[in-house]
Amino acid sequence: MNEEPIAKRRHHSGLFFILLALVLLITISLSAGMGYMKIHWTVVLRVVGAHLTGITSWTADLDELMRVIIMDVRLPRILTAAAVGGGLALCGVVFQGILLNPLADPYTLGVSAGAAFGAALALLLNLSVAGAYSVPCFAFLGATATLMLVIYLSSSAGGANANNLILSGIIVAAILSAGISFLKFVADEQVAVIIFWLMGSFASKTWTDVGLTSVFLAVGAGVFLFYAKDLNLLCLGRRTAASLGVDARRVPWILLITASLVAAGCVAVSGIIGFVGLLVPHMMRTLVGPDNRRLLPFSMLSGAILLTWADTITRAVLPHEIPIGVLTALIGGPFFCYLFRKRQTGARGF
Amino acid sequence: MSFSLKGVAFAHPDKPVFNRLDLDLPAGRFTGIIGPNGCGKTTLLDLICRHRIPQNGSVRYAGCSLDRYDRRTLARQIALVPQDYGINFPFTVQEMVFMGRYPHMPRFGVPSPDDVQRVQQVMADCDVLTFKDRPVTALSGGERQRVVFARALAQDTPVLILDEATANLDVCHALTLLDLVADLVSFQQRTVIGVFQDLNLAAAYSQELIMLRDGRVVAAGPTADVLTPANLKTVFDIDARVAVDDFTGRLQVRYKRGGRC
Repeated sequence: MNEEPIAKRRHHSGLFFILLALVLLITISLSAGMGYMKIHWTVVLRVVGAHLTGITSWTADLDELMRVIIMDVRLPRILTAAAVGGGLALCGVVFQGILLNPLADPYTLGVSAGAAFGAALALLLNLSVAGAYSVPCFAFLGATATLMLVIYLSSSAGGANANNLILSGIIVAAILSAGISFLKFVADEQVAVIIFWLMGSFASKTWTDVGLTSVFLAVGAGVFLFYAKDLNLLCLGRRTAASLGVDARRVPWILLITASLVAAGCVAVSGIIGFVGLLVPHMMRTLVGPDNRRLLPFSMLSGAILLTWADTITRAVLPHEIPIGVLTALIGGPFFCYLFRKRQTGARGF
Repeated sequence: MSFSLKGVAFAHPDKPVFNRLDLDLPAGRFTGIIGPNGCGKTTLLDLICRHRIPQNGSVRYAGCSLDRYDRRTLARQIALVPQDYGINFPFTVQEMVFMGRYPHMPRFGVPSPDDVQRVQQVMADCDVLTFKDRPVTALSGGERQRVVFARALAQDTPVLILDEATANLDVCHALTLLDLVADLVSFQQRTVIGVFQDLNLAAAYSQELIMLRDGRVVAAGPTADVLTPANLKTVFDIDARVAVDDFTGRLQVRYKRGGRC
């Protein structure tokens, strides 16, 4: 086992962070140029720069269509994907830490099943109380209701323990999937809409979606980073964490509920996108170590980069757009098997 | 600092443990706790480090009720070496030991030179310096226990609680670490409270001994007074002899084959 590089890598994490942030910016500019209409990345930067600074002379020689494509069509979609990717990765880190389980992901507590049920219900009944945002609203409500049920089921006098939470999550998710199957069965002709929503998509996202997901992401990131040290200690178990000064009754709940709400927000906007929240924390843990003060920001950036590329591939590279949730599972699943196998054979996989 | 438990009652959801427990743990002493499995040893430790809250009665630390302290303050007073230290995340040994300094550091601060120096010192004391950059997930049980021990020492608290803290260590490391904490008691007036399974280790290090059975204190006091064949019979149901050994100079417990549990 080669140990020296671990310490070294962690020493240079500041540099690595700046590098990742740059990669994210480059990813966004490149992605905004890709698609049915190819646009050079310098043009993308000019358009965005002109928009931000208000200097119209930078884009005077450009077609108005380009501005519309970049600012109103592609960027909202790309930024939503980045925010959702970052949010899911952050939640993955928190869930794995609190549940003491490297196999946990943002959906472990049934958030995805709850959101899916809410969305399916809204689609089936054609509910439109909140206009275009009815489906996301119902998805979010479904996710929070599920979360509350799971917490109610697993809480006991001494606070919920990790295994109870995971079990309750599995049970509730199983019931909800049966419910979703029933809704699909009843839906008849609308079944396609439900199925399509479930598989996730960033198509036709607007600046409102960007705003919503960014607010969730920003609040979540703030809370998680504030408690990053406590999360380190909670990774060692409640008893140890308490003996090292963490309020082990309150802090796990704050983190779990925040993470579930961020995950719910992400799912509500984009549908169910698997594996990002499971894989990114793993990959980052092998690169920068398990200290959450580093792991959280790095996972957020990598999640954003990864999901942006995944969405770009389905939007601009593949001949046909396939649902993003299917793509992440098709790429992420085998990759996870590889990591898992590496751990079984003794190498430093996780 | 001393602990004083008055009329403490505690029950797990399906099992009562203590009913009106009164107990005083003196300051500046090495107190050993022995008793059969499931007699409430670990629960007692949980009560005095406030991981569990008694349903009735009070636990006072340094004359003040434990619930008046907030968690961070308490973590600067009491350190715990737990029994279970299973971990799924590959923190390096050094990172783990630094966690012992968290209660002394501001939330967003970096370690002070003092923190760094203290961590180096305890890593040397606990003989973990040679593998300080390895992930704890790659260590053996005994090595990991030494890391956890080092973390508790890094906390630099007046009170140290050992929950079978040497159960997985080889003899040499067990003696080294227990000598270390015994010196903390002798020379720095710290308080050590330790649960032991090994009666002879308990006899060799404890100045005071508490014998528990079924949530009751069978005997408590100076080790020489408490560690008697009669008490061992009551607590463990074993036939034993206790005598000062001329080689070790300490009380030695010898027992015959034939358990009746």
